[in-house]
Amino acid sequence: MARKTPGLNTSSMSDISFLLLAFFLMVSNINSDMGIARRLPPPLPEDVKPPEVRERNIFVVMVNKDDALLYNNEWGRIENLKDRAKEFLGNPNNLPNLPEKTDTEIPGLGIYPVSKGVISLRNDRGTSYDMYLQVQNELTAAINEMRDELSTTRFGKHYADLNEDQRKAVETAIPVAISEAEPTKIGGK
Amino acid sequence: MARFTGKKAKETPALNMGSMSDIIFMLLFFFMVITTMRESSLYVKIIPPQGSEVTKLEKKSLVSYINVGVPLQDQQKKYGTEPRIQLNDQISEVSDIITFVELERNQRPEADRPYITTAIKADKQVRMGMISDIKQELRKAGALKIFYNASKGGKRK
Repeated sequence: MARKTPGLNTSSMSDISFLLLAFFLMVSNINSDMGIARRLPPPLPEDVKPPEVRERNIFVVMVNKDDALLYNNEWGRIENLKDRAKEFLGNPNNLPNLPEKTDTEIPGLGIYPVSKGVISLRNDRGTSYDMYLQVQNELTAAINEMRDELSTTRFGKHYADLNEDQRKAVETAIPVAISEAEPTKIGGK
Repeated sequence: MARFTGKKAKETPALNMGSMSDIIFMLLFFFMVITTMRESSLYVKIIPPQGSEVTKLEKKSLVSYINVGVPLQDQQKKYGTEPRIQLNDQISEVSDIITFVELERNQRPEADRPYITTAIKADKQVRMGMISDIKQELRKAGALKIFYNASKGGKRK
């Protein structure tokens, strides 16, 4: 008759797994990376002049070394930036001092008047990164809200819930039109 | 009462520890799944700015990081108190970025190279001059997809 095997002592097993657990807790980090994605313009050849843009199509946002804002040469506050940007890019009443629109055929959306407006962002070398990111954040918020509005009226869904093709269409209709100029050198460094 | 006095005090039975290790293993797997490995230790202090419109960074394996900030207290003797750039494991200069991007690009499979993103992790006190210099170098290096790291936070009032 086979002899009964004595029970294994497994109490050290938990110690070993505790060690492993502690090791993983040490070498890993939980926080995932969050942030704002952007695309840099490709480097321009020296002899090519940047294209001329009409004045009504530009909305200038300037940030100086003390983190103060200037919209089209008026002092502004960061709280108003989103609404100003939306008003500029949307131009809902087709005002003559706000950007022109070109009717563009977009697959999935039909003909949509795409704004020619460009937000020109200029900052100083002394501007803090914090302020710069706040400005980028507000501009992103403006664009996201406009995309959301468009997708709710056209597709009846939020922008985040759209499928790949619809998302592409909305992105073509409302592009991220932010241009960044070389920074000025007042704040030093 | 005689029958009780002869007996020894009752021993507590040994606890069965068999399931303990199972529980710990479950914890272990949980942590292994939700965390990512720390790539390199930071030499610069970074408190990222906050934003409400932040999105998640996709495809972690295709991301290279540029850390910008003031060197940590114990590194300040070596690197000073001005904001510096950390690429991988060492404090570097702005001019090293092109080489860095090139190296990172060569490590990735050919098919994935157009999707490489450069994440700029900068402290909120850093001046834009430095960030602009980095961006200019990235443009020269052809790394056009960038990502400004920020933590999720409410609107600044």
